Amino acid sequence: MMQDPIRIVLAKIGFDGHDRGLKVVARLLRDAGFEVIYLGLRQTTDAVVAVAEQEDADAIGLSIHNGGHLTLAPRMVAAVAERELEVPVIVGGIVPDRDIQALLDSGVAAVLGPGTSAADVVAVVRTTVAPE
Amino acid sequence: MMASMTSDDRAAWEAEYAEARLRDVDFETMSGIPVDPIHGPGPYPGQYPYTRGIHASMYRSRLWTMRMFAGFGTAHDTNLRFKDILANGGTGLSTAFDMPTLMGRDSDHEWSVGEVGKAGVAIDTVDDMRDLFADIDLGEVSTSMTINGPAAIVMAMYVAVAEANGVPRSKLAGTIQNDVLKEYQAQKEYIFAPRPSMRLVTDMMRFTAAEMPRWNPVSISGYHIREAGSTAAQELAFTLANGFAYVEAAVASGLPIDDFAPRLSFFFNSHLDFFEEIGKYRAARRIWAQWMKERYGATNERSLLMRFHTQTAGVSLTAQQPEINIARVAIQALAGVLGGTQSLHTDSYDEAHALPSEKAARIALRTQQIIAHETGVTNVADPLGGSAYVEWMTDEMEKRAEEVFEHLLELGDGSMLEGVYEGIENGYFVGEIADSAYRFERSVNSGRRIIVGVNDFTDGDDADGSNLLYIDAGVEQEQLGRLGAVRQNRDSDLVARCLDSLAADAAEPDVNLMPGFIDAVEAHATEGEIVSTLEGVFGTYTEKAIV
Repeated sequence: MMQDPIRIVLAKIGFDGHDRGLKVVARLLRDAGFEVIYLGLRQTTDAVVAVAEQEDADAIGLSIHNGGHLTLAPRMVAAVAERELEVPVIVGGIVPDRDIQALLDSGVAAVLGPGTSAADVVAVVRTTVAPE
Repeated sequence: MMASMTSDDRAAWEAEYAEARLRDVDFETMSGIPVDPIHGPGPYPGQYPYTRGIHASMYRSRLWTMRMFAGFGTAHDTNLRFKDILANGGTGLSTAFDMPTLMGRDSDHEWSVGEVGKAGVAIDTVDDMRDLFADIDLGEVSTSMTINGPAAIVMAMYVAVAEANGVPRSKLAGTIQNDVLKEYQAQKEYIFAPRPSMRLVTDMMRFTAAEMPRWNPVSISGYHIREAGSTAAQELAFTLANGFAYVEAAVASGLPIDDFAPRLSFFFNSHLDFFEEIGKYRAARRIWAQWMKERYGATNERSLLMRFHTQTAGVSLTAQQPEINIARVAIQALAGVLGGTQSLHTDSYDEAHALPSEKAARIALRTQQIIAHETGVTNVADPLGGSAYVEWMTDEMEKRAEEVFEHLLELGDGSMLEGVYEGIENGYFVGEIADSAYRFERSVNSGRRIIVGVNDFTDGDDADGSNLLYIDAGVEQEQLGRLGAVRQNRDSDLVARCLDSLAADAAEPDVNLMPGFIDAVEAHATEGEIVSTLEGVFGTYTEKAIV
């Protein structure tokens, strides 16, 4: 039985230009059978939510490398809630361990910090979208 | 004393070496064996095409500059770190700016929330710049500023602060990165489209050529290209292609080549494949000298010399078992030194998690000091020259770079500048870099490439993260307060007049914008106001999202 592929929107919001990680994740997920909608750099939270809604996405992947995660990620979560979507927000990038709980408390569904393996990226996105 | 003369090269080298001023140390091994300053075949260090180094005596005369990159929080916070670096034997300053500053936006821009002072120091106005360099004699230190899109504005602030303190611009020494081409290819901190951005670069080159003889107006940077995922050969090729593009742009703006080429400098990555890195540096010097002489007709010898800064590869630092990064950094730093670098930044072991803590930054500096003072590698210039493997690697790097140059010249109908513009527009650079990054990642994931602590040897990862540098949210509030106070206390009519005049200058392609920038920052115009003014004339730039 063929399942519909998981659809994920990948973006960076604000100024942060470090897109190596997000591009690698995009290819990784694509090779693992996901449908990736890659928005790239300098997105606004509203633009990301609009695309997620329009594309009927199962998840939003946000990459943050500049230390702004405690501000930017909750904003993304709030923007999703404002549209009354039920799309989990997954955050990847340079997130110190000590900030993970705060992100989860703010409504982020999962955090992929430095050193996360490719297998874990795929597994975390999968279980976040369809909890076992 | 010296080996007998075997050729004209050797005689010429000996004459040049005899003129060099040497450091007051014993050039012998730890066991007391005297060591000749060069070994192996000519052309020797200091001789065209400079594969073996740009000076006859290299580190016997002068060690590389130990330049540690620092910046976080407010100007005052970073000023304290600067003074600590100088007190600990650092010999140059290097400034990291926060994202809003790098993108030409003020701390109170809506996108700045959460980013103020986080990845570097927040600079909005000349007042911040004054506090950043408080109690530091700008006539004595050399300063590097890592900023690109709005580089000319930040440079104007630096000049304004120095002159307010009685140091004339002609005495200022340092480097501003100002390499906007690699922003479109790798780092992505662009504001305007490539062509108006290039005008800002050439304006700065013309300004420094005329008024700031000790300043390097562009640091042509492969570092970010490599960090974004390129191979060593791509880093070499793209960086030098960008260098040639700047040369062509500056010549087209009316500057004679020998008026600016001696002040061009470069910035490379040092990754972990030791001999590949060394081959890359040697090839870089050779290619640059040959192209400057033969293709661009430079006649001043100094125009042919590639001077470069090296930074160890941030991307190679592992989050797991972070202390083992100290070993990685030491090996990378050694490659930079054996490759003949003029200055070096060593990364701190904790940077996969956060900006460096003070202790980690000190260990990184100490690593350089160990190489400089304990290992003896500074006794001999290009000690690996003549090694069959290193010479082959150097040739191989050169060959691969030349293939890229050919492709770009084809894209540009014989013009490297146009070829680089085209490669930016058609996604050539970002595509090549992303391909290489993914190839690397797959080799790690498949286990073909071992990264210690990541996919093998994983026991012992007990990092608790408790010593990480942490920028608290108070920094943002403090900076917003500082900015608000400046806006309130300045002469806003004067600011408006300066900005109007800048807009008029920007509309005239032949007017140099630097004097207008200096006037505007002296009137306390903010960086964001100046950038917005330019956007009114130049527009903004958005890249196509390509995976």
